[in-house]
Amino acid sequence: MFWQQLINGLTIGLVYALTALGFTLVYSVLRIVNFAHGSMYMVGAFFGLTLAKLLHANLFFALIGSMLLTSLLGLMVDQLAFAPIRGASPYAAFLSSLGVSIALTIIVQMIWGTAVQSFPPSFHNQSYALGSVSVSSMQVVILIVAVILLAGLYMWVQHTPVGLAMRAVAHSLEVSRLMGVNPNTIIRWAMAVSGALAAAAGVLVSVYYDAVMPSIGYVAGLKAFTAAVVGGIGSIPGSVLGGVLLGVVESLAASYISSGYKDAIAFTLLVVVLLARPNGLLGRSATQKM
Amino acid sequence: MSILKSRWIRWLGICLWLLLPLVVGRSPYALHVLIMVTLYLVLAQGLNLVLGLAGQLQLGHAALFGIGAYAAALLMIDLHWSFWAVLLPAAAAAAAFALLVGLPSLRVAGDYLGIVTLGFGEITRLVLINWMDLTRGPMGLPGIPSPELFGLSFNGKHLFFYLITLVAAVSWFVMDRLTVSKFGLELLALRADERVAEALGIRTGRAKLGAFALSGVFAGLAGAFYAVYISFISPDTFLFNDSVVMLAMVVIGGMGSLVGSAIGAAILTVAPELLRFLGDWRLVLYGALLTFMMIYRPSGLWGIERRQRNTLKLTAGG
Repeated sequence: MFWQQLINGLTIGLVYALTALGFTLVYSVLRIVNFAHGSMYMVGAFFGLTLAKLLHANLFFALIGSMLLTSLLGLMVDQLAFAPIRGASPYAAFLSSLGVSIALTIIVQMIWGTAVQSFPPSFHNQSYALGSVSVSSMQVVILIVAVILLAGLYMWVQHTPVGLAMRAVAHSLEVSRLMGVNPNTIIRWAMAVSGALAAAAGVLVSVYYDAVMPSIGYVAGLKAFTAAVVGGIGSIPGSVLGGVLLGVVESLAASYISSGYKDAIAFTLLVVVLLARPNGLLGRSATQKM
Repeated sequence: MSILKSRWIRWLGICLWLLLPLVVGRSPYALHVLIMVTLYLVLAQGLNLVLGLAGQLQLGHAALFGIGAYAAALLMIDLHWSFWAVLLPAAAAAAAFALLVGLPSLRVAGDYLGIVTLGFGEITRLVLINWMDLTRGPMGLPGIPSPELFGLSFNGKHLFFYLITLVAAVSWFVMDRLTVSKFGLELLALRADERVAEALGIRTGRAKLGAFALSGVFAGLAGAFYAVYISFISPDTFLFNDSVVMLAMVVIGGMGSLVGSAIGAAILTVAPELLRFLGDWRLVLYGALLTFMMIYRPSGLWGIERRQRNTLKLTAGG
């Protein structure tokens, strides 16, 4: 029972880590809490679903296709909602992203409907028994994809010119501009990659649970924020730690306390961490930003 | 002269408002919309205190509204208290919860605080759904009795309109006095710059919590009145979306301004009714409007900048 919940928690925790990373990436360069991040996760899941249903794509192509499409959506969101208010208070940008999130959710509802939809049968999980615990095929896929994406992102941020520029912008926008970095290019990169990560998480979770609906975005966005903040916003290892911790805590709480209070426990964790350690477990800089 | 003029306009406005039910009274639907405008006015002005004056991003205002409504409904149904007796506990319960929601504002600010307050709103919804013994879960609480006074039952829409208008008038008066009081100015200083406010000797923590608690009082009262008006409440009535609507009222109307909150409440309550033919598109419109306002008019339709200009004009003109 315990080990089974631990495995389930790790699986979902890795997905939280992916969403938290996209979130933290945008926060690092733009200094805004992107409320539309959860909506991109949800739209990504729908892109994956449509690719699988209409084009009979397999999981791999549905995942890649959805990541590409959603990164374009990320660029669009930046162009429409964030670029016009560059330099305004982060608070205005937050409300702006809230508006985007509402609009995206409703547009998706109108295109795909509000009902729960499921993936074609070829996507269905198979379970393998390993001693007392069972592991599904999708859990293995999530583990592999998440590790590849996390490692890839880390290499990208640490060892490429764009990654270097991104770290420079995160450190100081003004100084990076003096060093010849165009912050707008970097912000677009961050939005696109953040969209792609959100889409990957959205497709993986939706296939794992075999359920897609427009309302999943809102909770996913909150969880991404929670994981990012618990780990320490702006830190890649922090996001991974926060995501996995959140997944495991939630999963154990659901089985030992009550599944109805699963999400409530996640948010309680958020409040407690913010009160006790506003910078998160691995965070460095101050969170007092207005 | 200008004061006299504005006072004259104010009384004219009040008279017109009180006569409105005679004009639209034939249509229960129009009257219902008027009642909801008034109710949202109370909620928006309460939120304005926290968001507009103190500058604290609060995304869980609907939860305070819900707690007031549930406290009132449960006391009336389970313990058979009279409506007037439950007002105090409903306001107190919402204020106590508002203090709890406001507590993180001592440590975090801005969009961070927004998400934390949103988390509190979600926790409230989940508790309302899952605490079956007390709240009866997703089924909600039907059959909340109408308020009575000296044998007069406020079950008709006309009487209720005047009742809720009275509440709004009290709320407006209190808020108006508050904005020009020492406390209100402290909050404005806090919004402008927290560190400077602290350096000026303002106890910012106490001021923030005060603003949260007071907004809770009015949200709780609004909740109690809403519960007896609709006579059925369920966790679905107090969702995140409702918090966003209230936030949008304050932001679109103009943060920090009572008239702005009232305008915001009126526009965002009436517009969705008029735009019903658009179906779900009106919600898209509404998200777009929020983004649009942030880009082109971040101070809102009747923002605090206007208030400052007015004050300047007043002193310049003598």
